[in-house]
Amino acid sequence: MNLTLKIWRQKDAKSQGKIVDYPISGIEDDMSFLEMLDVLNEELINKGEEPVVFDHDCREGICGTCSLQINGQPHGPDRLITVCQLHMRSFKDGDTIFIEPFRAKAFPVIKDLMIDRSAFDRIQQAGGYISVNTSGNTVDANAIPIEKEKADDAFAAATCIGCGACVAACKNASAMLFTSAKVSQFALLPQGQVEATNRVLAMVNQMDEEGFGNCTNTGACEIECPKGISLENIARMNREYLKASLKG
Amino acid sequence: MGGLIKSSIARKVAMALSGLFLVFFLLQHFTINFTSIFSADVFNELSHFMGTNPVVQFALQPVLIFGVIFHFVMGFVLELKNRNARAVKYAKYSGGANASWVSRNMIYSGLVILAFLGLHFYDFWVPEIVHKYIEFAPEDPTRYYPELLHKFVSPVRTGLYALSFVFLALHLWHGFASSFQSVGFNNKYSVGATKFAKAFSIVIPLGFIIIALVLHLNHNH
Amino acid sequence: MSILDSKIPEGPLADKWTKHKDTINLVNPANKRNIDIIVVGTGLAGGSAAATLAELGYNVKTFCYQDSPRRAHSIAAQGGINAAKNYQGDGDSVYRLFYDTVKGGDYRSREANVHRLAEVSTNIIDQCVAQGVPFAREYGGLLDNRSFGGVLVSRTFYAKGQTGQQLLLGAYSAMNRQIKRGKIKSHTRHEMLDIVKIDGKARGIIARDLITGEIERHSAHAVVIASGGYGNLFYLSTYAMGSNVTATWKAHRRGAHFANPCYTQIHPTCIPVSGDHQSKLTLMSESLRNDGRIWVPKRKEDAEAIRAGKLKPTQLSEEERDYYLERRYPAFGNLVPRDVASRAAKERCDAGFGVNKTGEAVYLDFASAIQRYGQEKAYTSGVDNPTKEEITKLGAEVVEAKYGNLFQMYEKIVDENPYRTPMMIYPAVHYAMGGLWVDYNLQTTIPGCYAAGEANFSDHGANRLGASALMQGLADGYFVLPYTIGDYLSHDIRTGKIPTDTPEFDEAEKDVKDRIEKLMGGSGEHSVDYYHKKLGKIMWNKCGMSRNEKDLKEAIEEIAALREDFWKNVKVPGEANSMNPELEKAGRVADFLELGELFAKDALNRNESCGGHFREESVEQSGEQKGEALRDDKNFKYVAAWEYKGEPKDAQLHKEDLVFENIELKTRSYK
Repeated sequence: MNLTLKIWRQKDAKSQGKIVDYPISGIEDDMSFLEMLDVLNEELINKGEEPVVFDHDCREGICGTCSLQINGQPHGPDRLITVCQLHMRSFKDGDTIFIEPFRAKAFPVIKDLMIDRSAFDRIQQAGGYISVNTSGNTVDANAIPIEKEKADDAFAAATCIGCGACVAACKNASAMLFTSAKVSQFALLPQGQVEATNRVLAMVNQMDEEGFGNCTNTGACEIECPKGISLENIARMNREYLKASLKG
Repeated sequence: MGGLIKSSIARKVAMALSGLFLVFFLLQHFTINFTSIFSADVFNELSHFMGTNPVVQFALQPVLIFGVIFHFVMGFVLELKNRNARAVKYAKYSGGANASWVSRNMIYSGLVILAFLGLHFYDFWVPEIVHKYIEFAPEDPTRYYPELLHKFVSPVRTGLYALSFVFLALHLWHGFASSFQSVGFNNKYSVGATKFAKAFSIVIPLGFIIIALVLHLNHNH
Repeated sequence: MSILDSKIPEGPLADKWTKHKDTINLVNPANKRNIDIIVVGTGLAGGSAAATLAELGYNVKTFCYQDSPRRAHSIAAQGGINAAKNYQGDGDSVYRLFYDTVKGGDYRSREANVHRLAEVSTNIIDQCVAQGVPFAREYGGLLDNRSFGGVLVSRTFYAKGQTGQQLLLGAYSAMNRQIKRGKIKSHTRHEMLDIVKIDGKARGIIARDLITGEIERHSAHAVVIASGGYGNLFYLSTYAMGSNVTATWKAHRRGAHFANPCYTQIHPTCIPVSGDHQSKLTLMSESLRNDGRIWVPKRKEDAEAIRAGKLKPTQLSEEERDYYLERRYPAFGNLVPRDVASRAAKERCDAGFGVNKTGEAVYLDFASAIQRYGQEKAYTSGVDNPTKEEITKLGAEVVEAKYGNLFQMYEKIVDENPYRTPMMIYPAVHYAMGGLWVDYNLQTTIPGCYAAGEANFSDHGANRLGASALMQGLADGYFVLPYTIGDYLSHDIRTGKIPTDTPEFDEAEKDVKDRIEKLMGGSGEHSVDYYHKKLGKIMWNKCGMSRNEKDLKEAIEEIAALREDFWKNVKVPGEANSMNPELEKAGRVADFLELGELFAKDALNRNESCGGHFREESVEQSGEQKGEALRDDKNFKYVAAWEYKGEPKDAQLHKEDLVFENIELKTRSYK
């Protein structure tokens, strides 16, 4: 199939960027979206132009590196997948495809389509952990039984891949779904209770400092999340936060 | 006001609670208005009570005014912060693919409602205050119903009134149910609660519109 | 040729590790503050090592090419992690895990290392649960286990199909805690491009900031390399696009021996290649083989008709299908080990029975499982005289509950419904058992340079068991390296900060800069990918699932020629002093072009078939096992560690003899 790509090109963080048109032909249905970009880049290199820089790594939908806004949607039109799992059969001959970086003030562009998501790391560093040292002497793994349903919910929250699609989809560029997924994972486990108060206050505080927007419950994040992280996590974080605030 | 409550979640909860308070007020307002279409006397009686009872006038009324102002000022504060959170906009943004129009445009439905409130204050509340506390005009417990009827004489006015309530319905359609999520209520009862909220957000504004139309028609007959 | 000292402690096997820990030198807490450690790679091994070292009080600097430590490719491991907990009471023990691992590795690993691995395996589970890793649980609230890779006990802990992700995020959270405390300085989007030696000891690295292109010097008292495996040598693999050998190869060039490079694992259940544009292969959990039956058409004409799209697999009757694994290995059938299943698939496809466009795919069929489960389900749910449709529907539900996410993944990629038509699979490169040679303390042949996880060669021998990679990565990082490194560092408590303005750093930095300049200065005929793909083809065709002398010798020549061409004609656009992914790739491919040659040389040297390494010259000549892999314990019961001597083909072999005192060497048989 033949396509017209409208790709955001930006030399570096300080430069102004713009949308540049690239016609491309000979694209097959079986190609993944990123393989289509590989083809484009190979063409650009052979023409002596600089290839389009985009983030990607595992190409199997789990590392969370790839992050493209395709035709106005994070990870493109399909649901429950990342860009690397999107295949060209989702498009048709003659389509025009907008390819832009995930946009948020907290995710500055590094180059072209590559963004800096270290804000997510800093949110995790603020409290997304349980303070237990490696010793070989922690209690036996089966010493504390955990209700299966809670363990499953904790797992579901923990499957977040930190790609940032929630922020990219949200009209407010809010990072609540991401933050709440980690808060929820620990809130649901007995191991997480000890530090629960401090954790949620610190993580929310960091999230706010990074310049993410507020949640207005549009639900776009849940729909665009490649791992289907539920909005319930945001409600749980709100509860945890209120509880923690009242405690002091 | 944005400076008072700093954290994103605290603001969100404050938005939800002030919104819920206004929903409660709306219900009360509706109940009183509703009486107008079947009994002028009951309407007059209730209005007289609301207009003269010191608790309502000097305790609840300021709270209500504060609630309204808080809700919209905070709404603006949040909207500004949220716009700022995405400094460079998308060239193409398919917001409709993953979120409803109403949820994405609360600021606009809110602004229409605010404009209506402005009118309502100018039209109803300011004259009331002038009448009672500046001119100290003698109280007539039967003046309310005729005044009410008078307001719905003009078809343009009635139409604008109805349109405002359409926007209120849109605003409530997202806002009411969403407030549960904001205060952390998302569990097995949420489906029912959401249904109730959605029903409320249609029925009550629709009720206001019907009252307006009935009064409009009553007067013209 | 010298004999390598593996520094295995004296004493009975089961006591070695405890005794070793009790007697090695320690660094006191006050002194740890004055010691810096560099950790390259932040996957399971690197992340867990960095966190633990920081907890102990060392100053740790981590480096990863990804934008966050959380994205290391450990995250993609699906199946699970083994541990000798014996929670199921099915007779598992540390000894059994040890035994299974040594046997699974085809007797090419060190007894002492593997036993230690089995010992600490139980601590890993305790540690991870304490960290909040949400493992699967039973209704009673206790941890669930499954059986994996054809072993006789259920010792695999898992978190649905995302065990690697959950464990990595656990290590990442432990790292985050230390980053917050200031004990770890995390350098993301940084790539190590050389190791710096001072007085023979590893004292730092040269790294490139991938955003600015700046070349940086970082010093430390020890360097830990945990940069993963080198499977991308084959271009197409299940590795992440960025996975590379550069850190280990640079260490090799500076004096660390590279052990057993030819031991790579080729995983049988991957989604086949669909065309030349393919950039990456996707693995599907091995658990699929528990219920899927593998087959190709019996008649070549049918295979040809299928390839041409004229025939559908579902149109072939049972008699027209060749369930070749069940035919060849009646005892194990579809559950033979990974290497055996992979080779058998290749054999059928090479013989012309492949079933996709490219002729490189076999069927993995769930139709009989669906029928079997459907009948069981109909019976247990009291459906009398179920129709065929009802049975199929019920069976498909059972299969969906077990493998739903994998089926969904398959359908997304291939666009075929695996409930209705058989899946197509083909083997793909998946794990590297070889790596930097390390002694019992995980120290390479460069003093002060350690290697952990897949980057080292240590525990899996010639073949790795399912669910053991995660175990080894975390064992090295959480429980082994943080203690053994103290023994070395105890001599460094008075060294003080290592300065970076020394001639050694100058020289290493100059080397790195010259090399980058040379890469940027190529004549510009072909892209980096062009060379990578060519290298991959040579590797896959001549050093792949089965190897012979002629092919290997050719491969050595071809790779050397390709490398020469690369350095002359590669085209790297853009600038060196800014973000430039093509330059990053070029540097990595340059190293693969050297490793490939060493790989072939090692495979050529090892004239035996063992584990993942199959030499066509070394097969059973007669009897029931005729044509199967023939191990040669008399001549090859050693670790081949290669010393860098300039050109890879000139590398010098050092042997470490493997001594088996506790396990009797046996032939693996799956007939």
